Amino acid sequence: MTIRLEELLRAAFPDATELAVEDRTGGGDHFQVIVTSPRLSGLSLVDQHRLVYDALAEPLADGTIHELRIKTRGGG
Amino acid sequence: MALKERIQETIDSEDVVLFMKGTPEQVLCGNSARALDALRAVGAPVTAVDVLPDPAIRQELSALSNWPTIPQVFVRGELVGGADIVQELAETGELREKLDHALGDGWRHRGGEERTVELTEGSGPATLRLVP
Repeated sequence: MTIRLEELLRAAFPDATELAVEDRTGGGDHFQVIVTSPRLSGLSLVDQHRLVYDALAEPLADGTIHELRIKTRGGG
Repeated sequence: MALKERIQETIDSEDVVLFMKGTPEQVLCGNSARALDALRAVGAPVTAVDVLPDPAIRQELSALSNWPTIPQVFVRGELVGGADIVQELAETGELREKLDHALGDGWRHRGGEERTVELTEGSGPATLRLVP
């Protein structure tokens, strides 16, 4: 599942200089994602996280992701 | 008043609103606990809304806020974020600055008062009660 989430994030942030997905509990439904991308530069944290939520809308909606922690940074 | 309007009214009229799973006395979700702890760490006044009694609260809230997950923290009507952002802002000191900016510095003397609002569907005004 971490691979699928990485693919979705990579598609949304092709310029990401840092992109990591961690299965926090090993159970395949609690994740921590880290994204550093120029696409996030100049955006508020709320808007940065919204872009991550958008990228992961499908696994969020279908219940694949039970809990998500997000860390974002702008810049390259 | 429709549920959506009650949610909006609560967001607009309360200084700091935390939409959470459970209540401050009995938190039922790790992320809600992290958001509450971050608000408590800076001594923020908190008006908590439990989204669990009615799934429609969460649906209407997310439609209003364009934010898909719980918890959600608002300061004077503005979405500050979920647990990750609130925790980060508390750690960097930006949450205090945001509260100063939005509320004036009077909030610092209010001792982190906490209360809950019940938003269950039906008639009548939202119920407010102080958390003991």
